[in-house]
Amino acid sequence: MKAAAFDYVKPRSIDQVISLLQEHGDDARLLAGGQSLLASLNMRLSEPRLLVDLGGLDALRGIGVHGGMLRIGALTTHTEIEGSALVAQHAPLLSAAAPHIAHRAIRNAGTWGGSIAHADAAAEWPTCLLALGGTVVARGPKGERRIAADDFFRGLYATALEPEEVLVAGELPLATPGNWFAFDELARRRGDYAIVGMALAGRRHAGVLADTRIVLMGVDSTPLRARKTEALLNGKVADEALAATAAASLRAEIDPLPDLTNSPETKRHLAGVLLQRLLNGARA
Amino acid sequence: MADLYPIRVTVNGELHQCSVSPRTHLVDFVRDTLGLKGSHLGCEHGVCGACTVELNGRTVRGCLTLAVQADGGTVNTIEGLSRAGVIRDLQDAFVQRNALQCGFCTSGMLMAAKELVEQRPDANRAEVREWISGNYCRCTGYHAIVDAICDVLQQRKAATSRTEASA
Repeated sequence: MKAAAFDYVKPRSIDQVISLLQEHGDDARLLAGGQSLLASLNMRLSEPRLLVDLGGLDALRGIGVHGGMLRIGALTTHTEIEGSALVAQHAPLLSAAAPHIAHRAIRNAGTWGGSIAHADAAAEWPTCLLALGGTVVARGPKGERRIAADDFFRGLYATALEPEEVLVAGELPLATPGNWFAFDELARRRGDYAIVGMALAGRRHAGVLADTRIVLMGVDSTPLRARKTEALLNGKVADEALAATAAASLRAEIDPLPDLTNSPETKRHLAGVLLQRLLNGARA
Repeated sequence: MADLYPIRVTVNGELHQCSVSPRTHLVDFVRDTLGLKGSHLGCEHGVCGACTVELNGRTVRGCLTLAVQADGGTVNTIEGLSRAGVIRDLQDAFVQRNALQCGFCTSGMLMAAKELVEQRPDANRAEVREWISGNYCRCTGYHAIVDAICDVLQQRKAATSRTEASA
């Protein structure tokens, strides 16, 4: 279908975006890469009166290291992240996850900030941001503030952003030699939304795990941390027996929501498969 | 009805200045306003890949891009690439390998294949399959399409090493 009619404006400054949000409230939607928004407009799941195109705001583009953090501007595309040497060096989890995002033509347009602000529970960037303990940088009428990923994802497509705030960047701690990461997802076809996906991150010293984060995508209304299973892993040496115990713990811990074709039991099973696979793969 | 929005966009090397409704998709703009019917419209929500065009040098979904987003930019469609001859080898290989039947997906498939052979000249068969997984074909079963793209990867690699050897 075609989208319903809307007005369109392409501001030249973030302040202008914020005043438009103040003026139009829920009648306005921010357009970044549009790869989720335009699909939902085409299907008339959403009919905003005004689209505010962020595409003219070059200040929101780019990847850099600032103040000991890797800062990725909101309008940075998935393809730019996939090909970035800085990302590969400082946040290799993202390099591993990027190829799983849809298809090339969509990665060329879709953005880091758009994905995080949209907060689809089956999307890669919210999952990775949470796994790495990242931070969202938001700007609103009262200026800029930082929101920890752990406090950011509130519910189905719901975040801690205020209605008049714009997500301007996401920041990640720089990877150090003691850090380890793993990412994988199970989907019927490459590029489809994952039935279950998982990001792991943490520290490892002489095989002993610490500060482990297990984040699941596609099982709940937000990206989901499996805190009990994280605690079970910490302080232990990752071997095959531990991976099996952790998989059992994870299956007991989570209570997955079904999707159109997969039951909670299928997802519960697959989550365990993924965790076992990633833990065993990470030892090799 | 929302106001029309003026855009300047270069399509296949030709500058167009038009006013479009903000809700107009890029693919509808090239098909209906410019009469370039080579880009096709399938699912209209970003899944099938038939509407793939190049915007500022990269493939995008023509149904998930608004014409207003192309303002100030450069668009290439299958018509422009065909005329320029830059995908002649891909088109020949598709014919050679019978990589099309009804042809509906072919222009999008060629756009994806062009970006692949340029961006991933060392891609293997599995990577080719992965790359074109965002373009649906309901006739061929993909095998012949993958064959055709792999042929061109090899041909271009051989041509590059010949050039280097003679330099």
